[in-house]
Amino acid sequence: MKPAPFVHHAPRSVEEAVDVLAQVGHDGKVLAGGQSLIPILNMRLASPGHLVDINRVAGLDRVEVRDGDVRVGALVRHAELEHHEGAYAALPLLRQALVNVAHPAIRNRGTTVGSIAHADAAGEMPAILALTEGVVEAAGPRGTREISPADFFLGALETCLAEDELAVAVRFPRFSPGTATAFAESARRHGDYAMAGVAAAVTVVDGVITDARTSFVSVTDVPSVLDLTEVLGGSEPADADWAAAAEVVRGHVEPEADIHATADYRRMLAGELARRVLAQAAQNAATTKGSSH
Amino acid sequence: MTTQMFGAPIRRKEDPRLLTGGGRYLDDLGQHALAAAFVRSPHAHARITDIDVTDAVDVGGIVAIYTWEDLPGKVAEPLPLLIPHPTLTHGRTGYALARDEVNHVGEPVVMVVATDRYLAEDACQRIRVDYELLPVVVGIENARDGAHLVHEDAPGNVAAHMVQETGDVEAALATAPHTLTLDLAIERSACMPMEGKGVYARWNDEDGELRIYSSTQTSTGVRAAVAAKLELPLAKVECIAPDVGGGFGVKIMHPWPEEVLVPWAARLLKREVKWAEDRREHFISSAHERGQLQKVTVGFDDEGRVLGLDVKFWHDNGAYTPYGIIVPIITSTQLLGPYKPGAYRCEFWSLYTNTVLVTPYRGAGRPQGVFAMERTMDAIADYLDLDRAEVRSRNFILPEEMPYDHGLLFQDGRPLKYDSGDFPASLDKLKKLVGWDDFEAYRAEAEAEGRKVGLGIGCYVEGTGVGPYEGGHITIETSGRVNVATGLTTQGQGHQTAFAQIVAQELGVPIEDVHVTTGDTRKMPYAVGTFASRAAVMSGNAIALATRNVKAKALRIAADALEVSEDDLEIVDGVVQVKGAPTTSMPLGTVAVLSNPLRYAFDDAAKAATQFAGTFDPDKPPVADDEEPGLEGRDFYSPTQATFANGMHAAIVETDPVTAEIRILRYCVIHDCGTMINPMIVEGQVHGGVAQGVGGALYERMAYDESGQLLNASFMDFLMPYASEVPHIEADHLETPSPLNPLGIKGAGEAGCIPVSAVIASAIEDAEGFPITSMPISPVELWELRQRHETGELPSLRHHHGQHQTAAAPSRDQEPTA
Amino acid sequence: MTDMTTEQLLDVTVNVNGVPRTASVPARRLLSDFLRHDLQLTGTHVGCEHGVCGACTVLVDGKPMRSCLMFAVTAQDHRVTTVEGLCDAPDARPCATGERMNPVQQAFAECHGLQCGFCTPGFLTTVTAYLEENPAPTQDEAREAISGNLCRCTGYQNIVKSVLRAAEIRTERLGEDGGEAGYAAAPAARHTSSSANGGERA
Ligand SMILES: Cc1cc2nc3c(=O)[nH]c(=O)nc-3n(C[C@H](O)[C@H](O)[C@H](O)COP(=O)(O)OP(=O)(O)OC[C@H]3O[C@@H](n4cnc5c(N)ncnc54)[C@H](O)[C@@H]3O)c2cc1C
Ligand code: FES
Ligand code: FES
Repeated sequence: MKPAPFVHHAPRSVEEAVDVLAQVGHDGKVLAGGQSLIPILNMRLASPGHLVDINRVAGLDRVEVRDGDVRVGALVRHAELEHHEGAYAALPLLRQALVNVAHPAIRNRGTTVGSIAHADAAGEMPAILALTEGVVEAAGPRGTREISPADFFLGALETCLAEDELAVAVRFPRFSPGTATAFAESARRHGDYAMAGVAAAVTVVDGVITDARTSFVSVTDVPSVLDLTEVLGGSEPADADWAAAAEVVRGHVEPEADIHATADYRRMLAGELARRVLAQAAQNAATTKGSSH
Repeated sequence: MTTQMFGAPIRRKEDPRLLTGGGRYLDDLGQHALAAAFVRSPHAHARITDIDVTDAVDVGGIVAIYTWEDLPGKVAEPLPLLIPHPTLTHGRTGYALARDEVNHVGEPVVMVVATDRYLAEDACQRIRVDYELLPVVVGIENARDGAHLVHEDAPGNVAAHMVQETGDVEAALATAPHTLTLDLAIERSACMPMEGKGVYARWNDEDGELRIYSSTQTSTGVRAAVAAKLELPLAKVECIAPDVGGGFGVKIMHPWPEEVLVPWAARLLKREVKWAEDRREHFISSAHERGQLQKVTVGFDDEGRVLGLDVKFWHDNGAYTPYGIIVPIITSTQLLGPYKPGAYRCEFWSLYTNTVLVTPYRGAGRPQGVFAMERTMDAIADYLDLDRAEVRSRNFILPEEMPYDHGLLFQDGRPLKYDSGDFPASLDKLKKLVGWDDFEAYRAEAEAEGRKVGLGIGCYVEGTGVGPYEGGHITIETSGRVNVATGLTTQGQGHQTAFAQIVAQELGVPIEDVHVTTGDTRKMPYAVGTFASRAAVMSGNAIALATRNVKAKALRIAADALEVSEDDLEIVDGVVQVKGAPTTSMPLGTVAVLSNPLRYAFDDAAKAATQFAGTFDPDKPPVADDEEPGLEGRDFYSPTQATFANGMHAAIVETDPVTAEIRILRYCVIHDCGTMINPMIVEGQVHGGVAQGVGGALYERMAYDESGQLLNASFMDFLMPYASEVPHIEADHLETPSPLNPLGIKGAGEAGCIPVSAVIASAIEDAEGFPITSMPISPVELWELRQRHETGELPSLRHHHGQHQTAAAPSRDQEPTA
Repeated sequence: MTDMTTEQLLDVTVNVNGVPRTASVPARRLLSDFLRHDLQLTGTHVGCEHGVCGACTVLVDGKPMRSCLMFAVTAQDHRVTTVEGLCDAPDARPCATGERMNPVQQAFAECHGLQCGFCTPGFLTTVTAYLEENPAPTQDEAREAISGNLCRCTGYQNIVKSVLRAAEIRTERLGEDGGEAGYAAAPAARHTSSSANGGERA
């Protein structure tokens, strides 16, 4: 299991990286943390002729906690974002989800932007980008653009990024006051890709649910947001109809079978996990009112 | 007195080296050797029609490319069938490189040798092999129905068909007050050591000698097999097992194709060649185990005593049978566990499939056998509404019935005769440890919280330390250093420590002075290998006997020199001294000097041993007529039969009422392997075994699709448990010595994993209230069983003690009450 | 695919265990192979080459990472600590047979935390870094901390025990050292601190 040969490029700036990408075209691949790409190369499931290693590109390694969002550069490792206290205070959901991404040693190397660019339906962070209604900032020879999750994710392992485009950062907007979040997933082993996972954000104002949404891991092709306000809105967390919400979730998801679980089982899991995270988020929102926990 | 060594939890001598990067595993050696890689079959069953290597030859660094056509003489012949058996009527083995047909995905077809592994893989990628596809046989049912054949000349895909019987089973079943029939299944798993296999060969052209390093469990076996294949005198071949990163059975199989090809290429090329198996290769070309379908019919009385037991099973042996039918034979005999079965008949078919071959994996057929027996015990208990432990105890062979002869032949062809064991005492200990009698109270508490819990139990007997023999060789240097060699190999069992403990104890020397070598044919050419939990029993006793020989010799020489009687001497801390008068003494090193009269004085010790030093008796030869020079001892241990260890496990599991996720809350082990040399090491073996058992019960399986592709050939998808999946193990021991060997020991290596699938199935069944008949089990499978149970397709247990018991109206518990 | 016959070699320099080490390697050389074969530091093992087993875990700038999922060229100019390097930590001490062992290595020896030893280097690096972050873990935390590494031999129980014992030894030695310990200090700092405690070096 050794990778096939390739030409290594180590650009120092975004412009340089984009130039190289444009030159090598479809024979090139961006190398960020390599935690998804290198296993594929080692197994020779892919053998690109050129790797554009962005690890030396200046300015991509910052987490910026801003008024409206948390901006994460393309070289921010999962672990840095997970441990970033400012990011946690602004958007606890990031840490809630990140602790489920693989194992610490993988998180020390893999990047959050890389996992979004990789667009694995089993990845946690694409679902978080979707739930926060975030933005991908991409740079290319034609300049920069900002892409919404709905436009960004085209299918499993497929995004709208062009060959010569680099995702330079993603932005995760904060939730409105009174919103709390929760994340849960079920994996065969701790740290594995989940059989199903659900992120929830619930807003409680004056003791009543005003907004409830979920997004999903491993049970939808592309990360999608399910708005459950219609089912849960107006109820108090103590007597909201979680079972009805779970029912809607089961109808919404489109899981596929693999060797670890059947589609039906994943659908059941998505419903049950949704029930749990919605209840938990609602309870948190009710008890820590006003804050975004 | 020398401090007590035997039986003490001594820290391992090998650890400082292994902990500081000083280990020498196969791929750490031969840094400048050429690297081999293989083109392996992507198809499960196909005829090779063409091999085109043209594109590969211009890859830089390529040294050689070989196909079957290039192989000479015996290298081109089928690999040996290592363990023939009269019932193995259709034994088949593969070729080192596939000749014209491939029978499983991963079978080697082309060998590439290059200056490094990266380049060798580049070349492999450019080699084109054309295949004509043949129908594929995957799964025991397909093999059994025989519609397609793996080997055209093995009708019905049957490699072996065997029946063993004691008593009249038909009659026993016909007259038994009650009978039950169980259909059971166990899936494949694999040893999966963290280090794959590997071979590194050095051909010395000047001397015409071959040195092989192999990550093997038998260096003597590899040596003999390679010498035979390459038609070299045994004296010109040596084989060394360096540090080996785990074996668990897969490395006892030999010679693997690579073990023949790498030395052959090294000789041909007159260059060092190395192959280090990567993980994907390991998945698709190294042996698996476990897969069986079983049908058990049991007849029993009102008390739950078994009167007759009729077992049929179908064993998946993969594409070839180089290791014979050891695994199903063990299943068929060890299934009996600690019980008296009344009349017993076991019939099995060992079947070919187009999958990787099957050879022993830790437990070697026992986990399957124990699964069959223990599921049967639970079924009897449920049928009669008896306590599950009570049913077991009513069927136990009692201590006063030992030795107990089952009247069957064991895997070594010798009688299945238990030497010792106290099963009632083990069960008592286990019940106390797990809190057997308090469990219903705990269950009630849990149910009140909306939780589902279950208690499971499983018992086993393990025949360990099978022959034919092992040896021990000891030399004592003039420095007092004690060199010990035994031929079997080490894969983490701490032999350098345990064997040193035996020698230190027997001889009376500090353990620091004892240096043990294993698995090196230069140091000990006579050996069998490490398998069947036999190292401590076989080599341990051989080394003890050798030590006694060398000690007797040391005492003879010292008695002579000190002019006292041998009987008055003892050895304490490496010094031979007169009992009660320790000032009259002589260090063992000095005895070594005296034992070897020398002509040349190369150091001070040698000077003392030269002909002109000291006084001597001119009428006696320097070396007495009945002595040999040197303080050296050698002996072999060859028992008449195996010694039988035993154990009992219990577990408490919790199953999520909605998601059917399964969690082990407690895992308890009572283990009896006779006298323990080092309880710390034994406990470590138990922990490791249980963890593998948990893997086999809840996580691991080999997921083949119908075309014979292994769908989960990576650590990503083959779910070996991490620490997060393995429970804390509570272990306690019983020490019932074996009367069969001088040290009273029984094997311990495999024990831990043997009953785990049975125990977990028992516990899940107890939590759920319906029968669990197939292992491993995953959450999705349990969830589906619940649905089948809900629709009535799956019956309830008759007398389940949880709240979900009523057979008439099974209630689905899908909404958590919490 | 590029022309395989003329694969370009790059001079890669990595600071390994405090010493800058250079080798000429192709771009595709995995860091694990660079350490094991180009630098012949064979203490780092390879069990899967797809990131799951953790046998290859080394510390890159003090943090555990999979060396099988990194190219040597990407590690250029970074600091890598392997199991061999743990022996040079300021809180390493010589054992009876002469090897220097840091608290984690020592604890594994005391608690029978290894059998075949193949997975062990990955555990040692992982745990060494972990204790820097959490010097006094509970049993559950200790188990969680090692849950990204596979071991096929031990069943993990004695590894959990080793983590807890390592925390104790580490604290003891921290006392002896007057507060200076740890692998993660930059090599320069490490050498300073060890020369300050020069008497303890073998
Ligand atoms: C054992 C193991 C377990 C794992 N478990 C999980 C898990 O449970 N959940 C999970 O989400 N992930 C998991 N991962 C994957 C891990 O999270 C990866 O880090 C992540 O998916 C990819 O990030 P990376 O920086 O490593 O990207 P790389 O591997 O470098 O790249 C991945 C892909 O994205 C592209 N890419 C990367 N960055 C950019 C960019 N800035 N612009 C454009 N394209 C880019 C690359 O070209 C490549 O195609 C696991 C990995 C391993 C090895
Ligand atoms: S070898 Fe790197 S994680 Fe297994
Ligand atoms: S000690 Fe052998 S794999 Fe861990």
